[in-house]
Amino acid sequence: MLNKTLKFMRKNPALVGFIALFIILSIFTDSFFNVYNIVNVIRQVSIMAIIGFGMTLVIISGGIDLSVGSTFALSAVLMASLVKEGNILIGIFVGILVGAAMGAFNGVVISKGKIQPFIVTLATMAIGRSLTLAYTEGIPISLFPDQFRFLGRGDILGIPVPILIMFGIFFLSLYILKKTKLGLYIYAIGGNEEATKLSGVNVDRYKIVIYMLSGIFSAVSAIILTARLNSAQATFGQGYELDAIATVVLGGASLSGGKGGVLGTIFGALLLGTINNGMNLMNISPFYQDLVKGAIILLAVLLEKGD
Amino acid sequence: MKKVLLVSFLVVLISVFGFSVKIGLSVSTLNNPFFVDLVNGARDKAEELDVEFLVVDARDDPAKQLNDVEDLIRQRVDVILINPTDSDAIVSAVEEANDAKIPVITVDRSANGGDVLLHIASDNVSGGRMAGAFIAEKLGGQGKVIELVGVPGTSSARERGQGFNQEISKYSGISVVARQTANYNRAEGLTVMENLLQAYPDVDAVFAHNDEMALGALEAIKAAGKLKDIIIVGFDATPDAVASVENGELSATIAQQPYEMGSMAVEKAYEYINTNTIYFPVPLSLVTK
Repeated sequence: MLNKTLKFMRKNPALVGFIALFIILSIFTDSFFNVYNIVNVIRQVSIMAIIGFGMTLVIISGGIDLSVGSTFALSAVLMASLVKEGNILIGIFVGILVGAAMGAFNGVVISKGKIQPFIVTLATMAIGRSLTLAYTEGIPISLFPDQFRFLGRGDILGIPVPILIMFGIFFLSLYILKKTKLGLYIYAIGGNEEATKLSGVNVDRYKIVIYMLSGIFSAVSAIILTARLNSAQATFGQGYELDAIATVVLGGASLSGGKGGVLGTIFGALLLGTINNGMNLMNISPFYQDLVKGAIILLAVLLEKGD
Repeated sequence: MKKVLLVSFLVVLISVFGFSVKIGLSVSTLNNPFFVDLVNGARDKAEELDVEFLVVDARDDPAKQLNDVEDLIRQRVDVILINPTDSDAIVSAVEEANDAKIPVITVDRSANGGDVLLHIASDNVSGGRMAGAFIAEKLGGQGKVIELVGVPGTSSARERGQGFNQEISKYSGISVVARQTANYNRAEGLTVMENLLQAYPDVDAVFAHNDEMALGALEAIKAAGKLKDIIIVGFDATPDAVASVENGELSATIAQQPYEMGSMAVEKAYEYINTNTIYFPVPLSLVTK
């Protein structure tokens, strides 16, 4: 039992890091350990966690998706311009469709074109950002109806909607990974793509679905931020791809594919979110914040390798 | 007088024979309404003066900006207007323009080297002071203030912070309880303010180095139900921020006039091309006994 716990801890550096940071912040700051602040951190984290779930699926399958931040922004601005005119449901639908289309495009080029996912998604990252800039001309789209804003700032039975959406996507991802053929093949493709292909699996088709899911999750996440901020802008999501990858790797997934899970990703996102929150609460100089963040990421990952 | 006549003659000649004047503008980023306004001001003025006008967008990347300026040099523009992404990194681009004998005018942010003909900008330090004075007056000289810092290390963040803190330090009853960056970004303004509201629930005022962060902070403060208790001041007067001030949400924003900056830069460039001098009227003062 103890052995099992230790093994679980080593597999989940983010969980250990999160708990350690949680204790440190609870002791050294007056304002960290209270329900409001903790709900606040989880709500902030939901945006990155949802993108992270998509990234988890991609990374387990041995791929990478650098286009998530651009997909996030493109989906946000197209959705926002429809929502602003009062077409809330159509806006959300179009936003998600944009995510799915970007993902499908990635998947098709990666599998049919036989090109490295890194390169393909690097290209679509640039294309997506450019389309977003061209569409908005650099001007934010703001002020939405209250029904839409509910998705970002409302709560149901005291639980903020973003957190509920995050758990919805979490259980969906968990279900996909544990209970479906797709989940089985995600691990198989990441473990050994050739062998999976030889055993008669249509790997190309599954890859397209995996990248589509990543795009869709980015779009869902974009709904939350747009609704919370009451604004969508072309700068949305810049650098999110790196945070999402950090989240997934902190969660114990390996960049070479075949292993990992979405529970780890939640803790990865919580760890990063708590670092940001903690640095604000402790009023650490802006000049040192990235240094602290980098050091904690390195420590957490070294912990995993230490066995 | 002779010179004026000669210049007018040349201008007429140029417009008749279509020797077009070319002005190039290298802008730091078009990913921000402020700089879009600046470019629009410059473009409208160029159209008015019938000048050929080229814009290149560095996308906040100093390396790309150097390439952009080199491209403008190769296109033999008559003057290069530069809105630097970074005051230090831009120096080599300015020097290249100097070598090519093309005059440089900097706009909004300055260059820390090279020969620059003219720098056109609003004064960030005095803007910061203005914000500090406004907050101090609203608070009656007593209270706790949070400063949301722009991208650390940029001249605008440094200067706005400097002016603000100089002013605030005159009031012993006002303390800046936290100084945190939200990188000029609205989404970060939201999360950082949420976090700071946990640590400093009794804060009385927020000064954000730009409107994007102020608007993000506003959302956090609204969600916490503290809009009535906290004064929020931004910087830039972007359309969103001005609308918010009119709705009574943001308390104030320091207006820069990016459109005027762009327009004036082109006007002065044109004046220089045609006369080789730049005339700046200095305000007169009345001297009495």
